[in-house]
Amino acid sequence: MNRHASEQRRTAAPFLRRLVVQSRTETSMTLKRGESLLLTLGIPVVLLVFFAEVHVLPASTRKPVNFLAPGILALAVMSTSMVSLGIATGFERSYKVLKRLGTTPLGRPALLAGKMVAVVMVEIIQAIVLIAAALAIGWRPGGNGLEAIGVVALGTVAFSGLGLLLAGTLKAEVNLALVNGLYLVLLLVGDMIIPLSKFPGWMATLAKALPAAALSEGLFHSLNGGTAIPPWAWLVLVAWAIAAPVAAGIAWEWE
Amino acid sequence: MDRSTGSNGESPAVSCVDVTVAYGHTIAVDNLSFEASRGKILAILGPNGAGKTSTVESLEGYRVPQRGQVRVLGYDPAKDIKQLSPNIGVMLQEGGIHPMMSPRDAAELFAGYYRAAMDPGEIIGLVGLEDVARTPYKRLSGGEKQRLSLGLALMGRPVVVFLDEPTAGVDPQGRLGIRQVILQLRNQGTCIILTTHELPEAERLADEVLILDRGKKVMQGTIHELLATSKGNTSVRFHTLVTVDIHALAGAIGTSPGEIIEEAPGSYRVDGDATPGRIAAITSYLAEHDIFMDSLTTGTVSLEEAYLGLIGSSVQ
Repeated sequence: MNRHASEQRRTAAPFLRRLVVQSRTETSMTLKRGESLLLTLGIPVVLLVFFAEVHVLPASTRKPVNFLAPGILALAVMSTSMVSLGIATGFERSYKVLKRLGTTPLGRPALLAGKMVAVVMVEIIQAIVLIAAALAIGWRPGGNGLEAIGVVALGTVAFSGLGLLLAGTLKAEVNLALVNGLYLVLLLVGDMIIPLSKFPGWMATLAKALPAAALSEGLFHSLNGGTAIPPWAWLVLVAWAIAAPVAAGIAWEWE
Repeated sequence: MDRSTGSNGESPAVSCVDVTVAYGHTIAVDNLSFEASRGKILAILGPNGAGKTSTVESLEGYRVPQRGQVRVLGYDPAKDIKQLSPNIGVMLQEGGIHPMMSPRDAAELFAGYYRAAMDPGEIIGLVGLEDVARTPYKRLSGGEKQRLSLGLALMGRPVVVFLDEPTAGVDPQGRLGIRQVILQLRNQGTCIILTTHELPEAERLADEVLILDRGKKVMQGTIHELLATSKGNTSVRFHTLVTVDIHALAGAIGTSPGEIIEEAPGSYRVDGDATPGRIAAITSYLAEHDIFMDSLTTGTVSLEEAYLGLIGSSVQ
């Protein structure tokens, strides 16, 4: 090391401190975005209550809320980890926020961890609100809570990877349109409000390969008790949880 | 001079040796070498497409040159950004801050990245944003945004600072404040790399200028050295109500007609030393020919004139 390198006294703050300040800021920014709150809390609550009370959709269970509650929880995970994170990150990229952070000692691991902490914080708020709403309209969950947490963790990683993949490769406006379109498609074919059993065979098979249906199915079985999560759901979730973040890491462009 | 040491025997804070940056077949920076020292302000000047941004982004670690060696404080920015980043401050030309974030929030966030950061309140005060400390970034004026960006670049007490158009769109009072902060930093021993299109700003601030054109170095030197490159680094300017016969005037004052330039109808510049004898000769000639002169000034050429002279000749 030459003389300059040995002379330097400036160092980065410890990782934990950087993570704490970044997580606090990411969470605060997320909660300040009105449109994000509408997407992550407003729409899921409205869908849950409306379709549980107004029986216009086919349900696979005797009480519609028993099918809808896990599906809407899956929708909430998708809306926070893919849509909200992806859109916000896309705009941060276009505002050169990420470029600026690239020359600070924050570092990529602390930045990504900070974003993940914000996602998890919002998911906890979503879970509290949605479970309370579902209980209020007659949902009586049972089963394996740990399995449900595992499924949610895999779903969060998979959808975050997808959100960051799109945010890190597309222009902010294109990313916004595409992520919203994807959200709508996955809502319809994701076993969230319409059971896969109502789909034609080929469409159900296709839907099962996507992370939305796997997450919904996993939550349905883990929260309604009695039946094990089908292996295909685990397999699909694990595959997406590995592939999407890896693809995002490879294709990512800071600006 | 040895490339590894500056004139004062210290290693240069910033050095580029034979650096080439290309995008496909387009060469943005062509075999560029230069150095910058601590306690100095180096202004990088050049027209659009000269390679200024690619050069600075290579120093900041955003770009990896195809050839050559880039060092900032002895580190390779592309490989050693983890060690380098606590020692540098970067001010982008625009953006870089979340629109919903207030100056106070941004300062507190950035303070959390450095072990020995400045106090966020001190930074806000230094760049004069106390009155808007809680205002979201998107509602700040252009000048306030620039000042916040400058303040954040200084949060980690950097050894090297990169400033991209720091006074663009800033009102005169704001410019004065930014200039004071930059000069204060320089006096504390910070190396400042300033990229700007605003030549008067570079003239006021820079100790040295690096002029690029089409990716190549046109010259590097002090402002004085740059001005000395201009053919007419001192001149006499005057304005008359009628046209002057340049050849006759040149003969009368003992210079060549090429040294007298009609810059605009009735506005003349006589290049060369603005001695009392020359001024007397000009006024005598005008008096003898009954030509009314309504203004006469003497002085050195501006940085802009010297710059255009250099860039113009390099384009040819």
